[in-house]
Amino acid sequence: MDMKTSKKLGLKERYTMMTRDLAWDTTYQPMDKVFPQVGYEGIKIHDWDKWEDPFRLTMDAYWKYQAEKERKLYAILDAFNQNNGHLSVTDGRYINVLKLFLGSTPPLELMAARGFSMVGRQMVGAGPRVACQMQAVDEYRHFQTQIHSISNYNKFYNGMDEFAHQQSRMWYLSDGKSFFDDAITAGPFEFMVAIGFAFEYVLTNILFVPFISGAAYNGDMAAMTVGFSAQSDEARHMTLGLECIKFMLEQDPDNLAIVQRWIDKWTWRGTRKLASVGMMMDYMLPKRIMSFKEAWEIYFEQNGAALFTDLARYGVTIPKCFAQTVEEKEHVTHQSWLGFYMKPESTPFHTWIPGPDELDWLSEKYPNTFDKYYRPMYEYLDAQEKAGNRFNNKTQPMNCQVCVNTIKYNEPGDPMEMCFRETVYQGEKFHFCSGHCQEIFEDEPEKYIQTYISSHQALQGNCAPEGVDTHAPDFNPGSHIADYWRLDPRATGDFNGSEDQKNFAAWRDLATKN
Amino acid sequence: MSMDLRTISITPLRQTFGHLARRMGADKPATRYMEATMDLQPVENYHYRPTWEPQYEIFDARRTRIVMHDWYALKDPRQYYYGPWTLARGRMGETAGGDFDLVDELGLAAAYPAEGRDLALRVLLPLRHVAWASNINNAYVSAYGYGIAITQAACYASMDQLGVAQYVTRLAIAFDDLESLASAKSAWLEGREWQELRHFVEDLMVEHDWFALLVAQDFVIDGLLYPLLYERFNDKLNAAYGPVFSMLTRFQREWAGETAKWIDSVLKVAAGESPENKAQLAVWINDFRERTVKALTPIATIAFGDKATAMLDEVILQLNTRAAKAGIPL
Repeated sequence: MDMKTSKKLGLKERYTMMTRDLAWDTTYQPMDKVFPQVGYEGIKIHDWDKWEDPFRLTMDAYWKYQAEKERKLYAILDAFNQNNGHLSVTDGRYINVLKLFLGSTPPLELMAARGFSMVGRQMVGAGPRVACQMQAVDEYRHFQTQIHSISNYNKFYNGMDEFAHQQSRMWYLSDGKSFFDDAITAGPFEFMVAIGFAFEYVLTNILFVPFISGAAYNGDMAAMTVGFSAQSDEARHMTLGLECIKFMLEQDPDNLAIVQRWIDKWTWRGTRKLASVGMMMDYMLPKRIMSFKEAWEIYFEQNGAALFTDLARYGVTIPKCFAQTVEEKEHVTHQSWLGFYMKPESTPFHTWIPGPDELDWLSEKYPNTFDKYYRPMYEYLDAQEKAGNRFNNKTQPMNCQVCVNTIKYNEPGDPMEMCFRETVYQGEKFHFCSGHCQEIFEDEPEKYIQTYISSHQALQGNCAPEGVDTHAPDFNPGSHIADYWRLDPRATGDFNGSEDQKNFAAWRDLATKN
Repeated sequence: MSMDLRTISITPLRQTFGHLARRMGADKPATRYMEATMDLQPVENYHYRPTWEPQYEIFDARRTRIVMHDWYALKDPRQYYYGPWTLARGRMGETAGGDFDLVDELGLAAAYPAEGRDLALRVLLPLRHVAWASNINNAYVSAYGYGIAITQAACYASMDQLGVAQYVTRLAIAFDDLESLASAKSAWLEGREWQELRHFVEDLMVEHDWFALLVAQDFVIDGLLYPLLYERFNDKLNAAYGPVFSMLTRFQREWAGETAKWIDSVLKVAAGESPENKAQLAVWINDFRERTVKALTPIATIAFGDKATAMLDEVILQLNTRAAKAGIPL
């Protein structure tokens, strides 16, 4: 045989042989039974072979690169832990970022792992299937390295030890859970738009900047290394999300309307999800990188606009919520932090009133809104706190039926007015934080009437320990909720006066003084 | 930021996370495997039901007939979370890569007897499609299984199978014979000798019980196919023509030996849970073994000629012994 072709195999050809050429169309079982999920969302795919592999990584190369990264990462984590690296962070308050991160992020990376495994099973084309499977296994890496990097902090500080228990119970984690539950219960194509495109491509930098650069700025070598080590994985994930959008749009003109609706929906859902991340940038990092507003301008308004200009040739338009997010960037982080500050008994992380320098920084970064709307509130709350009258909201919040955020955002165009929307469906009234969430509900009411709203559940007596009579006349739902959450009281309330604050100061003294 | 930190010893407030302390019955340090695995999958308060399977919750233990009171009992004896898994595969890949390079440098493939090459490629190359089927079926377990202990191991197995399919593909490249890949694919699609096996793995692609897929793919098919072809057939090639294929399929042998420990342990724990589990596993193993043996018989005949039955009997005995050790009398 004189097939001397292998040496000349191009990268693309070789990769095709290593992936697509392994696949075949089944004949003993019909293809639509083997891949039952690709039809029902209405997306039309005529030729799966037109899929362009966004990256070409055979398993041997994958294992080689990833093993190298893992080796370095764990060497750094071990060294950081061994040397009490937690004492080298800028300020004890920083650790609260990690508490918020641990509760909100690894559980969602886990959902991404499972979701991409599902899509990696369901896509008909071998190209997208392999790419999704690779993302699934990457996502295992991400939630595991994140947990490992924070594990040592958990030994020394309060509020991190019950993250696994709290992921499905804690009221403020419910927005992220609803985001991923929504995506994973949708069909495979909507999942790809939700997570692969809107989350990984359009919004990912807004996540990366505060956590990773934030960690770097604040001396947290562990979290920083985890983040940087994940970056090359993320680059692959971004190209997959974008390729998937292009593939759908190129396959059939009828796909455009469906894809556009998903882009509108998921960009908005992602934006709402990121409000608490923005709050971290503006309030929780002792040493700030940039304001949320600046990040939004660079990563969403500029980069996002460029992306949508690029996609315009397919007929895609900029997400419907774009203008509203631009208006809200001046408000949401302040509203979020105030919201958390006002519920001191309900979170496993601490809050505080920004110090004078920090208030000035906020004034400078938010010249249009901070002094006008928010500084006076902080000054008022600060005065109340100092007078021994610390604000404590003990009521159950009202939540949006779609994004599950506490309803706390302002009416577009009117910062002094709270935004409420409501829709009556089958005789029942449902509440929303915004017109966008209301529209999402009205598109798919049968899905969103199912939303798990923790304040409703508590009031219905579903969050009480076994043995408590929830029908007793004196039953008070609020009195059991902390047990339901396994909320350690040491982890709640103000940073000032907390055990964390005292321990951090004492240990750092031990480490740095004679 | 750098700061001089004197080495100090401070007493931790706690040794591990609450869910791990409760699991271990004491607040003591947990392994990284436990931290990366235990109790992490959500089990309650789901927001919505899947639009693609509204009869189930997102994660739902009812997707299999196997019943466990604690799904995290299905631990991986290799303690693989992503890090050790990818490090182990990286090491194996390095060795395999070295072998392929050496075969290339020394011209060992070109010097290999044509008769041996043709036989070897005829038997081995279609196995890339078998591995591909296992990739998709393990992806199903990874997607719809219950608890991270089993889903992460299945996810790694799924990627491993893709790796195996790629190493098999490289055999053709090593022998500079891409045409043989096309013939192997035609044989897989149309050759009589492969149809029983293809029929079986396609049936598995519509099996909804994820635990049945684990048993079929990772215990029965691999438990018969690897000892038969990657060991016994490889030995035959070595004896007749020299050890080149031994070098080029080393990854598969090492991988199968290691992976068998995992699946044996999973079956043992599941069988030990209840008589019902044990009975169900026995039914599956018997059924799947019968189908696999039938499917492998024509391949064994090509590989071993008149010794086919004897070889098959050996590997069947080996599988039955493994099942018995896992507490599943067949």
